[in-house]
Amino acid sequence: MLEVNGLRVAYGGIQAVRGITFHVREGEMVALIGANGAGKSSTLRALARLLDPAGGNVRYRGQEIQTLPAHRLVEQGIALVPEGRGVFPRMSCLENLRMGAYSRNDRREVDNDLDHVLGHFPRLKERAQQLAGTLSGGEQQMLAIGRALMSRPKLLLLDEPSMGLAPIMVQKIFQVIRDIAAEGMTILLVEQNAKLALEVSQRGYVMESGQITVSDESSRLLADPKVRAAYLGE
Amino acid sequence: MDTLLQQLINGITLGAVYALVALGYTMVYGIIGLINFAHGEVVMIGTMVAFTVIVYLAAAGVPPIAALTIALLVSVVVCMILGWALERVAYRPLRHAPRLTPLITAIGMSIVLQNVSMIIWGRNYITFPPMIDKRIYEIGGATFTNVQVAIVTMAALMMVGLIFLVHRTKIGMAMRATAQNPHVASLMGVNIDQVIAMAFIIGSALGAVAGGMVGSYYEIAHYQMGFMLGLKAFTAAVLGGIGNLAGAMAGGILLGVIEALGAGYIGDLTGNFLGSHYQDIFAFIVLIIVLMFRPSGLFGERTGDRA
Ligand SMILES: Nc1ncnc2c1ncn2[C@@H]1O[C@H](COP(=O)(O)OP(=O)(O)OP(=O)(O)O)[C@@H](O)[C@H]1O
Ligand SMILES: [Mg+2]
Repeated sequence: MLEVNGLRVAYGGIQAVRGITFHVREGEMVALIGANGAGKSSTLRALARLLDPAGGNVRYRGQEIQTLPAHRLVEQGIALVPEGRGVFPRMSCLENLRMGAYSRNDRREVDNDLDHVLGHFPRLKERAQQLAGTLSGGEQQMLAIGRALMSRPKLLLLDEPSMGLAPIMVQKIFQVIRDIAAEGMTILLVEQNAKLALEVSQRGYVMESGQITVSDESSRLLADPKVRAAYLGE
Repeated sequence: MDTLLQQLINGITLGAVYALVALGYTMVYGIIGLINFAHGEVVMIGTMVAFTVIVYLAAAGVPPIAALTIALLVSVVVCMILGWALERVAYRPLRHAPRLTPLITAIGMSIVLQNVSMIIWGRNYITFPPMIDKRIYEIGGATFTNVQVAIVTMAALMMVGLIFLVHRTKIGMAMRATAQNPHVASLMGVNIDQVIAMAFIIGSALGAVAGGMVGSYYEIAHYQMGFMLGLKAFTAAVLGGIGNLAGAMAGGILLGVIEALGAGYIGDLTGNFLGSHYQDIFAFIVLIIVLMFRPSGLFGERTGDRA
């Protein structure tokens, strides 16, 4: 579904991503793990066209997309849940969710999806009218995921959904991610919490200073002594 | 007592105009963080265009009310195009430049527009032909005219319309989202360039109407009138909390009232040392006080949640 070939990202003179190649198949959940500053977010931002890649190409469903502007990707079925959630703080939960469906014109279907998404996140339902800026970090993360789902994506890009959350909230968020995957969503999951990410995904890539150094099935990565030493704190 | 009521009435009239102009500053600032100093000149061009159309139509024997309406519509369209062009030509290429660059460009654009206006309409004061048979009403010893009623009513309608647009329509939602987090808004499918252009276009349309109002209220126009008007409206926007629409409306009215009351009482306050022609200083006193003690304005949002 997604084929990334030799993708490079640079900020001024700094090379953040140095020609990485990976792919995500339809219906798969793939984890991209790595330490701080490895270039994971830069990769996702380049995929979502929030920045111009310095090189390489990205094929999505057989079509080159690195020339499309950011606002045209969502209609292609790509949704990014950005690092730090990026909810609209002075909009209510409901408005945030409706913003997720901004690119759609099928009002009735949108209302159905709203019910479906709120089914995943009962807490958001209770807080429908509350301003998103006043939600807790975990609630904001739920909102950001729910908002992305409102666009009916075919490919969901998640950037560190566990960041800054208490373990119990992380469990909740990851349960929802599993549920979404079980519904057939294709997911590219970026995480620093390598253990969790490898437990929920089928395949994984390890990123180090802008390069992919290891790739394998997630279960094998979990068992790999080097990965365990470097990313699972053993 | 009559002075108080009288100055309140005058203040609200003026304030309604300031509010409409202030909205143009605040919308653009809210979305791209730019103080569009050329906005006052857009308003001035609105006044001038309305003037030209009125004179032309009056000479052609068109009835006054129709002439006034057409003049307003034409100036709205001209200003919308002007606002759009300003953004497209002067500001968009500088979107990622350091903050000071577009600000200086804005000042440059206002000088350009003043000079264009001077070339077209001359350097002298232009007298607006009175189009409406002025009627004077009286309450409690104070008077107001039908022109004032029209100005306040129209301004109120436009503000209600704007609030509806921003809170109840899709483009309005896109504008609010862009103001709060442009990158994420684009992830939702919002075309940021379009939203920014829209902010300029709508602000300029409101400015054009305000320009028409100023012309019919003072019955006079001048190529430099946009400077003072713009500065006062900018003060109103800062007073209300720049970036905040309701704040710009309230700030406009408040500034108009402060100014009118100040002008009404400045003689008494200074033992007739200063006369009412000093009314302009009040806007600047307000601006300085707000910037010193409450730079986020009366209804300002914490800057922290601006993305
Ligand atoms: N806007 C930017 N300007 C300059 N350099 C940047 C910018 N964003 C990221 N970088 C640099 O690019 C490199 C990769 O950053 P990136 O955010 O992609 O890492 P990451 O893998 O997502 O890290 P983390 O796990 O901490 O989120 C880092 O060295 C970072 O300093
Ligand atoms: Mg990151």
